Amino acid sequence: MNNLKAKFRAYWLLVKSLQTGLLVITGMAGYMSARCPVFNLWTVAGLLVSLFLSISGSTILNMWWDRDIDSKMKRTQKRPLATGQVSPKEALWLGLLLSLLGVGFAAAMDARYGLIIFSGLIFDVVVYSIWLKRRTAWGIVWGGISGGMPILAGRVLGYGGFDWVGVMLSLGVLFWIPTHIMTFSMKYFDDYKAAGVPTFPSAYGFQTTRIAIAVSSIFAALAMGAAAWGIGMTVGYLRVLVVLSAGLLTLAAISVFQPTERVNFGLFKYASLYMLSSMLLIMV
Amino acid sequence: MKMSPFDRILLLITGLLAAYQIAYGLDGLPVVVVIAYTTAFGVLLVAGLLLVILGFEILDAPVVVIVSTLIPLSLATGLIWEHLISFRAIYLLFAILGFIAVSLSRLIPMQGKLPPILLAVVHGIAGMTIFLLPIILSISGQTTPGFVLVGVGGALIGVGGLLLAFLKSGKPVFSQKTILTILPGLLFLMTISFVAGFKSG
Repeated sequence: MNNLKAKFRAYWLLVKSLQTGLLVITGMAGYMSARCPVFNLWTVAGLLVSLFLSISGSTILNMWWDRDIDSKMKRTQKRPLATGQVSPKEALWLGLLLSLLGVGFAAAMDARYGLIIFSGLIFDVVVYSIWLKRRTAWGIVWGGISGGMPILAGRVLGYGGFDWVGVMLSLGVLFWIPTHIMTFSMKYFDDYKAAGVPTFPSAYGFQTTRIAIAVSSIFAALAMGAAAWGIGMTVGYLRVLVVLSAGLLTLAAISVFQPTERVNFGLFKYASLYMLSSMLLIMV
Repeated sequence: MKMSPFDRILLLITGLLAAYQIAYGLDGLPVVVVIAYTTAFGVLLVAGLLLVILGFEILDAPVVVIVSTLIPLSLATGLIWEHLISFRAIYLLFAILGFIAVSLSRLIPMQGKLPPILLAVVHGIAGMTIFLLPIILSISGQTTPGFVLVGVGGALIGVGGLLLAFLKSGKPVFSQKTILTILPGLLFLMTISFVAGFKSG
């Protein structure tokens, strides 16, 4: 029994529950942007399960591929694959199984929805992790595209097809991801350098990275605002979104003109909170 | 000083109350008033979230004095614009010039007593406006009795401003620990007073 618990705990660590949870919430927000209030609980349950399985699967496959990097970085040295708690073969099979179940479930619900989920998985695992992550700092753009897929998939499932609001929601996440990842790669600059992973700070310097974060935050806020307007969000909620966006842009500007490690960390944390709050506003 | 989980919860509720006011409490008001109140409650919302994320250390940032000036200035401008029509233009001018003056006095290195005097004048006038105007309006029957709570919020914002000023001056009347212990509760009470006061007014 204890072994089973320990195994489950190790698997749970492989899933990166917070990151996966946030992406599942974006998918739910995409769906609810078209179908709110939600009447069909079975569809919602299917959406949550298929997203959770496919995102967890791709996360595990990424960890399986990056296990050599993880063992070199202080931040990730204690991950289950790096410590040997889970064998590479076991992780590969688990990742493939969850991905297959997630994509299969999604395709069974709606072919277009399944196709977008599958595209997100391919962009994340094959294009980003396997092909580009170790070659170029620009790989995060492709990681960003895959990050924008759950919200697009949710919107397509709810709306019944592609529309400009879905594209804007997806762009909002795509432009938000550099803010999230680049602040992170500045905080763990030495770790990434030790592992030989090219990042924006190592390729272009810290100040250029901060400017890129600020520009990216502006586009993220604009895309999110346009999508919120397109959804028909109430004026009151739009005001809250504008305030939260202003907070994001102010922090990004402070990080450019008065950079400190604390501001960088604050921006990283605030960006996550910004995304979560935006999604909640879309859902409510 | 490390922030306790209770303080974090209080600050999170403060942020949520401010978000509630922005989302539901400003419909039907004139545009300038909406902008002014959105700015005030927006600063409270973002400041509450940043305090939760980064802890009390964020109060050391020089920009805190500038940003915290926005709360009383914009609230007072909103109140004047809504209730004292003949003072609209002059107060708006005072608010803009006051904010610029406080910002410049903090951004440009200055010697002497000008920066604290500017801060005291701007905060003093705005604070007294938020404290007295709702009470006068309430007593004279121009608003409901509950609107007096906005004045209570004004008094609390004054106390908060003074405590922060003491903290920043480096010669606090109260210890840093005492001020930081009081601050989350004070911000919470201030915000709930404003929200309740505006709702009943």
